[in-house]
Amino acid sequence: MRWGMRAKRNTQRTILYILVILMVIFYIFPFYWAIKSSFTADQYLFTKNITLWPQGFTFENYIKVFTERPFGLNILNSIIVAGATTIFSIIVGSFAAYAIARLKIPGKGPLMLLILAVSMFPQVSILGGLFQLLRNLGLINTYPGLIIPYIALNLPLTTWILQNFFRELPKEIEESAYIDGCSKFETLWRIVLPLSAPGLVTTGLLAFIQAWNEFLFALTFMQTPAKYTVPVAIAMFTGKTFYEVPWGQLMAASVIVTMPLVILVLVFQNRIVQGLTAGSVKG
Amino acid sequence: MKVKGTYKRSDIWLAFWLIIPTLIAIGITAFYPLGQTLYDSFFRWSLRPGFEREFLGFQNYVNLFQDPRFLRSLWNTVYFTFFSVLIEFLLGLGTALILNADFKLRGLVRAAVLIPWAIPTAVSSQMWKWMYNDQYGVISLMLYNLGILEEGTPILGTPGMAMSAIIAVDVWKTTPFVALLLLAGLQIIPNELYEAARIDGASIWKQFTSITLPVLRPTIGVTLIFRTLDALRVFDIVYIMTQGAVGTETLAVYNRSLLMDNIFSPRGLFGYGSALSVVIFLIIGLFTIIYMRSLNIKLD
Repeated sequence: MRWGMRAKRNTQRTILYILVILMVIFYIFPFYWAIKSSFTADQYLFTKNITLWPQGFTFENYIKVFTERPFGLNILNSIIVAGATTIFSIIVGSFAAYAIARLKIPGKGPLMLLILAVSMFPQVSILGGLFQLLRNLGLINTYPGLIIPYIALNLPLTTWILQNFFRELPKEIEESAYIDGCSKFETLWRIVLPLSAPGLVTTGLLAFIQAWNEFLFALTFMQTPAKYTVPVAIAMFTGKTFYEVPWGQLMAASVIVTMPLVILVLVFQNRIVQGLTAGSVKG
Repeated sequence: MKVKGTYKRSDIWLAFWLIIPTLIAIGITAFYPLGQTLYDSFFRWSLRPGFEREFLGFQNYVNLFQDPRFLRSLWNTVYFTFFSVLIEFLLGLGTALILNADFKLRGLVRAAVLIPWAIPTAVSSQMWKWMYNDQYGVISLMLYNLGILEEGTPILGTPGMAMSAIIAVDVWKTTPFVALLLLAGLQIIPNELYEAARIDGASIWKQFTSITLPVLRPTIGVTLIFRTLDALRVFDIVYIMTQGAVGTETLAVYNRSLLMDNIFSPRGLFGYGSALSVVIFLIIGLFTIIYMRSLNIKLD
């Protein structure tokens, strides 16, 4: 290789690595800053000297988040709501997805369109009607009042992604099970679902993240701090007086709820990317 | 076209039972409330006990288009959508091109890029609000030190600046998603194309414009339309950062305020708010139709 070309390649490499570093800083810094702030004692947090490392390292903010407010309860609410939403939308969604992917039926196109249309609904457009419905059913400020709408919000995503997964399964396995005397429903339950475990995990993950992060419905339908889900609790974070925001505690709360998601993303990175691009539906 | 006789009865029955739970779920919690909202939009009324419905016909809609607050929030939404989608696209393309290159720890970097996408919007809004804090926020302090901003300027309290600050948060949060979609498009381009171009002596820029961009065009279309639909609905960031103050109110924020802040109001604004809900639905619906057309989605 000629020296000139080699030098050029080296320059290109260097530029690439500089860009990678800048990019990582851009995407990571706000999260890092929240972590740093959460471990900083108040007297160092409210100062104009910026340091990259936490001064007066302390766990106090983490302790206060749980002792001075119902944050533990908020996390539990989110786990219950997002968990139930995930389970139900996977079960219901996988049934519909199987019918669409594998059964010969008329009207598939319009059906899929109907289901997908829901993912295009601006949430605020159904807010008023949904509020009245839940109020009439006495479901405002209850778990089902949030879980039921969340299932509907999640079904387009779960149905769409799962039917993609089902289509990729080899048809022969189902056919032989069918010949062996399994009914089609048994085939779905005993053969197809276990075989598509990876797809179910991916879809479940996306559904969970979507339900965990939802804000507008949770803000509107959950009306007491003890019933708030995590995003609402974080958005409504105030101090003893309205104008005094305890930023250290708020950042600690932010880190607590983000950590599990970050770990999930790091572990299931490939699957999430696969699911997102296969479904091309925003989580 | 298939003839009806080619379908098996048992298949149709099974499909019916498999699909009906989904239809019930979305019927009850999506289509029914939408119908209710449409109905309400023709009345003056609120949830105040004993409030008599008063039929107004299209009056709510007529009033809406003479409401300066509606027109401003429409403009703010368009402004937000245009700039956030444009910047997210450019940054996302850059990110995708970098992630598509070959370097050490690429898997780890790709995962790191995904982090902002996974953080709940409510949480990332608060993280940024702290960084924008006028006294102790790291971004404010950096901007003061660089002489770009006068000390003590509240970024989120200054018209113009507040909207830019909100766009920045959306860009940070959503660019990873854009980048991933574009990266998936990039990865199907065979390497031989680039090798052939290199042998022909094509510059990197030339390779980008004559190979990358044309192949990527369908993916770019999907991504832009997805993002546009989403940006038009923006609520969380604006509500948490400014509650719609200093010229940042978007359609969704105004809509929620009309519905919920006046829910039991004797002025009967629930119907008026419902009219706005319908208008937002129609705007998004229009974009969705364009989206389905241009994507040519196959739904069999």
